[in-house]
Amino acid sequence: MQYEAVIGLEVHVQLKTVTKIFSRVPYTYGAPVNTLIDPVVLSLPGTLPVINKAAIDKMITMGLMFDCRIADICKWDRKNYWYPDSPKNYQISQYDQPLCIGGQVEVELPGSGRNVMGEHKFVELTRIHLEEDPGKLTHFKDYSLIDDNRTGVALAEIVTEPCLRSSDEAVAFLKALVINLSSAGVSDCDMEKGQLRCDANVSVRPVGDSTFGIRTEMKNLNSFSNVKAAIEYEIKRQVRLCQEGKKQEIVQETRRWNADKGYSISMRSKEDSHDYRYFPDPDLMPVKVDEAWKADLKEKLPERPYDRQRRYMDELGLPYTAASVLIQSLEFGDFFDRAVAVSGKAKECANFIVNDLMRELAAAGAEGEGSLPLHQCRLTPNHIGELVQLIDQGTISKQIAQDIFSEMFAEGKMPSLIVQEKGLKQENNSEELEKICAEVIAADAVAVEKFKSGNEKAINAFKGPIMKATRGKANPQVVDELLRKLLAQQ
Amino acid sequence: MSESLFYKSATELSSLLQSGALSSVELTRAFIERTQAVEPSVKAFLQQNVEEALAMASESDFRRSRGQSLGPLDGIPVAIKDVISVKGASLSCGSRMLSHFVSPYDAHAAELLKAAGAVLWGRLNMDEFAMGSSTENSAFQTTSNPWNTDCIPGGSSGGSAAAVAAGESPLTLGTDTGGSIRQPAALCGVVGLKPTYGLVSRYGMVAYASSLEQIGPFGRTVADVAMLLQAIAGHDRRDSTSYKVDIPDYTAALQAPAKKWRLGIPKEYFAEGLDPEVRQAVRNAIEFYRAQGCEIVDVSLPHAELAIPVYYIIATAEASSNLARFDGVRYSYRSPNATDVVSLYSKSRGEGFGSEVKRRIILGTYVLSSGYYDAYYLRAQKVRTLIRDDFMKAYEQVDAILTPTSPTPAFKLGERKEDPLSMYLADIYTISANLAGIPGISIPCGFSSENLPLGLQILGKPYDEAGIMAVAHAFEQAHDFHKRYPSL
Repeated sequence: MQYEAVIGLEVHVQLKTVTKIFSRVPYTYGAPVNTLIDPVVLSLPGTLPVINKAAIDKMITMGLMFDCRIADICKWDRKNYWYPDSPKNYQISQYDQPLCIGGQVEVELPGSGRNVMGEHKFVELTRIHLEEDPGKLTHFKDYSLIDDNRTGVALAEIVTEPCLRSSDEAVAFLKALVINLSSAGVSDCDMEKGQLRCDANVSVRPVGDSTFGIRTEMKNLNSFSNVKAAIEYEIKRQVRLCQEGKKQEIVQETRRWNADKGYSISMRSKEDSHDYRYFPDPDLMPVKVDEAWKADLKEKLPERPYDRQRRYMDELGLPYTAASVLIQSLEFGDFFDRAVAVSGKAKECANFIVNDLMRELAAAGAEGEGSLPLHQCRLTPNHIGELVQLIDQGTISKQIAQDIFSEMFAEGKMPSLIVQEKGLKQENNSEELEKICAEVIAADAVAVEKFKSGNEKAINAFKGPIMKATRGKANPQVVDELLRKLLAQQ
Repeated sequence: MSESLFYKSATELSSLLQSGALSSVELTRAFIERTQAVEPSVKAFLQQNVEEALAMASESDFRRSRGQSLGPLDGIPVAIKDVISVKGASLSCGSRMLSHFVSPYDAHAAELLKAAGAVLWGRLNMDEFAMGSSTENSAFQTTSNPWNTDCIPGGSSGGSAAAVAAGESPLTLGTDTGGSIRQPAALCGVVGLKPTYGLVSRYGMVAYASSLEQIGPFGRTVADVAMLLQAIAGHDRRDSTSYKVDIPDYTAALQAPAKKWRLGIPKEYFAEGLDPEVRQAVRNAIEFYRAQGCEIVDVSLPHAELAIPVYYIIATAEASSNLARFDGVRYSYRSPNATDVVSLYSKSRGEGFGSEVKRRIILGTYVLSSGYYDAYYLRAQKVRTLIRDDFMKAYEQVDAILTPTSPTPAFKLGERKEDPLSMYLADIYTISANLAGIPGISIPCGFSSENLPLGLQILGKPYDEAGIMAVAHAFEQAHDFHKRYPSL
């Protein structure tokens, strides 16, 4: 019998707000433990939460990106549970009235080529609600330590319908979240920093069945590869049990994925499930979300990444590979758009950005910090646009352009200025070039013989010395024409 | 001199300070001495910060000497219920759970009092986490009623009421979740006001039932209470339930001539269970107003009898969640007997909380449980709306409503301690105002045959504190109940 997997994801995303969701304490990743706190974050007796409007802004923006229905009010509930990661022993969350309802996320499945997109499909969302992140516990042999830096960070929980059918689809969904949410400035979605965390619900059923099997839940999968591996392991485990006639051994439970060893174990079963005793939080008034608020945020919404990808390929003729790199962040896409506006040459701009600029950024990044962020470098879209123009107008060769890129990147000088300062303007003067060409031909009788006996490639033997003699400034096309003319006269 | 000082109203004391006839240090010292003399029999205070108080008083005198007085409260001692946070002071909430807790921040009300120059000089006893009507639920000590030290002072702000009645502090702050200001004010023969929900910021008041409670003032006279309310009322962005409303000049409102108010008398508040002496005193007050030309109107609050059950569902549900933070993990009492995280919770809470608090947490946990929520919590919220609607309907006809504050005078210490239901009935006339969110004031309106004070409650429209204080002030001006003192 053939089985298919049914997968639903619950994804927690930290919202990119300056301060925490219910206090004025700022949030930055990596601060010394227990320094991003105040009486409200610690929920000391007598303190009260006050909503950070920016968190609602980010939520609405996310809802608009994914075509969710945005609720008319943002209402708060308390989710009561006992665990030391929450100083109140309840979490302020949204229970029966999430802020964003329904919606869909466009994803791109694997299988792309240089010029072909992978298959695109839409993943249906159930809801997105807003809540506060709990603190971080570190467990030791006979004690645990609490870091409340993360306590109270604005957190969105995105819940999909059980509409995913493979680990590839699950990973594609997460990747789509990352590019959409980072483009919209909603979240940086850095999984290594815990800004995006994924729980996966997995069940299997015979192909053709419409009822769901018993599902298990895998908590806190903290990388794309873990998501993929944990889901694949769970599908195999459940299919094997079904095939061995031990279907009843699949029970509703929470499982923990061991990434080092590549398997999951049961953490707790359904019988241990909590009664969260949800009730409306009396400390917070519901916040009215009116049409003007939504319209204002809708106006600020960026172009959706996959819309941009289609535009780059269909209208600008970019290859898939370049287009897919440029849409990974809003910053690069916007940078590219502006460079194209200067030069009118999309492919050439894309090449410099995807190859040269990204290489320089990677090299300039601080130790262990990854690439230098684009906005921190001195290069502007004008630099790229002008560089492309200089080549297009025949002022410099592509080779010279490559040569001056590093200098342009490091010092922020405009390419035309560098060309002028260094006298790099391409040599198009035929008289002088003809003289050099003649000298080079005269110096290599062997190559002349080869060419005359029909070896076309022998002509290249002259080009190196000519470029050397002109310090790379000779226009390759002019050189080629001159060589052919002179050789014909031999 | 001090003999005559400690029973003067805060308003009079303020005039003496402003005229230069008295210094704040002299005044503060007089209350410290008075407290030393009577505290052994009253036990209103959990802590007295004598040195700090004298330093604050001295600063106040210095300001005044340079013509930089901060206003009428500058230099007046104010003691605070031990559930309102003052930076550097204890915040025990009458509980073993927080017996060593010192708050690192000021409540909004405390900030405002400091800004007004008040001398914050002590922490007042209370029922544990403000749960109770007799102050007998304090984990630390039993406060006595200054009029008869064998009787309870009322609760949960029993310390706040007793301290004013005994002349230990001219002004105090309390909190009122179901009557915890008005009921002890009535039983101790002082004035106590519960503001409209949202008038005073709850920031820094340790929460028992968030949707019901407010901080409010105690004083010897209505004018005293107006002066203290003036200082603490107003919007605070740190409390999302704090309301943006213009605060009138409460003291000026009292000076306006008395009006011919339309006053409502709800028949449901004069039914079975009302002590005859209380009934008579309130009837006398009603007749006083009628004689002044006020229109006395019979009104009906048909859902009044549901107030107690509704309160004990909503308040306990909120309490079960609000008090979950006292778990032995971060700052509250930690049991030395814990062996793992679950026993850390259960033993710390088992040993740290008293029985009434546990009773309410268990009740609240039950009513919020899956499968019971709709039948209890949701239904209670609906009835709460009906109770509020009753009041709003009545206020279409009347300016204020007159009722007894407490069904009986102060009862004996220990008399109801083992009978929670009879204790809960002590708040039968006060609880509705918390459910409806409306303001209420209790003023002395007579004495029982055993010389125990009796209280008149005046309930008002939302944010009409000025109105009910004016009604109360008119009665006070024509009577001298507030000028009688217990013999201690």
